[in-house]
Amino acid sequence: MEFLGGKFLQVFIALAVFAALIGLIMLIVDRAPKSVKDKLTIVGFLAPAAILMLVGLVYPAVQTSFLAFTNASGQPNGVDNFVWMFTQPEALATLRNTVIWTVLVPLLSTVFGLAYAVFIDKARGENALKALVFMPVGISMVGAGIIWKLVYDYRGPGIEQTGVVNAVRVALGMDPKQFLLDAPENTIFLIIVMVWIQTGFAMVILSAAIKGVPVELVEAARLDGANPWQQFRNVTVPGIRGALVVVLTTITIATLKVFDIVRTMTAGNYDTSVIANEMYTQAFRAGEPGRGAALALVLFLLVLPIVVYNARVLRQQREIR
Amino acid sequence: MTVMPAPDEAANSSRTQSRKDEGRPATPEDSAPIMRRVKTKLTSRWATAAAVIIATIWTVPTFGLLVSSIRPAAKQVGPRSDGWWNFFADWDFTFKHYVDVTAAAGSQSANLSQYFINSLAIVIPVTVFVLVLASMAAYIFAWGNFRGREATFIFVFALQIIPLQMALIPLLSLFTQVLKLPPGSYAQLWIAHTMFGLPLGIFLLHNFISEIPGEVIEAAKVDGAGHTTIFWRIILPLSVPALASLAIFQFLWVWNDLLVALVFSGGTADVAPITQRLAEISGTRGNRDFLNPAAAFVSIIVPLAVFLGLQRFFVRGLLAGGLKG
Repeated sequence: MEFLGGKFLQVFIALAVFAALIGLIMLIVDRAPKSVKDKLTIVGFLAPAAILMLVGLVYPAVQTSFLAFTNASGQPNGVDNFVWMFTQPEALATLRNTVIWTVLVPLLSTVFGLAYAVFIDKARGENALKALVFMPVGISMVGAGIIWKLVYDYRGPGIEQTGVVNAVRVALGMDPKQFLLDAPENTIFLIIVMVWIQTGFAMVILSAAIKGVPVELVEAARLDGANPWQQFRNVTVPGIRGALVVVLTTITIATLKVFDIVRTMTAGNYDTSVIANEMYTQAFRAGEPGRGAALALVLFLLVLPIVVYNARVLRQQREIR
Repeated sequence: MTVMPAPDEAANSSRTQSRKDEGRPATPEDSAPIMRRVKTKLTSRWATAAAVIIATIWTVPTFGLLVSSIRPAAKQVGPRSDGWWNFFADWDFTFKHYVDVTAAAGSQSANLSQYFINSLAIVIPVTVFVLVLASMAAYIFAWGNFRGREATFIFVFALQIIPLQMALIPLLSLFTQVLKLPPGSYAQLWIAHTMFGLPLGIFLLHNFISEIPGEVIEAAKVDGAGHTTIFWRIILPLSVPALASLAIFQFLWVWNDLLVALVFSGGTADVAPITQRLAEISGTRGNRDFLNPAAAFVSIIVPLAVFLGLQRFFVRGLLAGGLKG
């Protein structure tokens, strides 16, 4: 049990040191003379978070941007890393896969999530039904990878299948398929895992938004003779536009950064790599930090427009307030 | 099926509870939807059928994992193996795999109990750090008075967008070469996770804290309370719902993380979290594949319990972050 004691001690010390630091800040702020008290409070409350974010996010981001223009031994090499990225077949496949992911995952998750939210709205046992689809959101992507490897499991023809999908294929008279090996469709089968996770997220947000659409509007449309599809298309969807944008952007960002699913299911082999996985492989496995940094920089540039858009919306909302 | 959530009744009572929390008393209008509900239900039988199909497809994979985890090794791999659904024909089960992955000794052991403790030892301090530091910063962004407050806040919001991947390489050399953090300790993981969790934490808490009525704070100031008193005695107690949802976020995020762990943990049983070990054992194809389902289930049981038990807070946090902007 020695290891356990050591681990406990580490956690305890960390928490104690942290509490002491925070206590110290509070004490200084509290005892400060009135003239500087307000300023000191602002500094004391903001500084710890600000320092951590500057050191942990801003500085590394700047550093990585420079690193992207160096080679494996740290010498500047101009745009070679980017030339590599846009000319080498395997790097191009990575970019292509990332695009496919970013298009399909937000779209499918939102469609399934919205459909499900509409279907179960006001149904008996709504909360239980919601929890079933929401559950994958709480499962780690590593766990999801193992779950779906089991689903996609492959045995040669003529042997009992152990994966659900292949068992169904065989039952329907088809040959079993190596879902994760056959490019290019294996990327689609990885994408399904991410859709499985993200649909619950989309569903919960959209369901709450649907409940926020005034009942009177839907009722009025119904009295005017709109059928359910028209009610949905012309009343509900415009009413939840804000939530739809949030869901689409959030899932897009999450998808751009997807790493664990690819890592655990194929490790990026068989033409399934995506930017985030390739970045890890190049920087920490292949000894090419420059290429890894270049990939990270591209990832940043892809996410940037979405964030600028969100920040602008945020700014407008705060001005209204 | 064991993975299923609380029974309907509990879910309903939690819903009334949350309504009460929002300070919206039940009105007579609430009885009207019941009539409508009866009507929609008749017209939407197909929709219900479609919903049931989706729910089934979404549940079967996890359920298959659970069933597989208690099937004997010979049923999972080798010549006599077959699909997990055959379990309902033979009812042949064992809990040996769970014992093997957590408690068995030796170099071949998955040794999950140690990694499980590591996960807890990483998650708990990080959650505390992020909650305290983010709420302090959020308080200032909501109620502090300084020039450039708006711009700074939007900058912090935008930080969410820096992909972790971008921060990893420089941060690792900073930790090991400049700060010389001891290898084989949790320090690197704690600090890295805290750094990465702050932008979202500040953003979520700010949304909530800025909604606290200004009169409450003014009244406390008139009574002579300083910033520290206001923060600890008024802001934090009033923000408990938001703090709870952020705590769940942070807990799930850190527990389920793989990337940060791979880069900063060094991969030993001293420090590495359970996700990393799981990725390791499932990545090596071998004659011990039949342990994977049990191992996976051990790793997802904690987040799943936290998640389903505290779903209500989690959802509220998502909504506060997403919809109010």
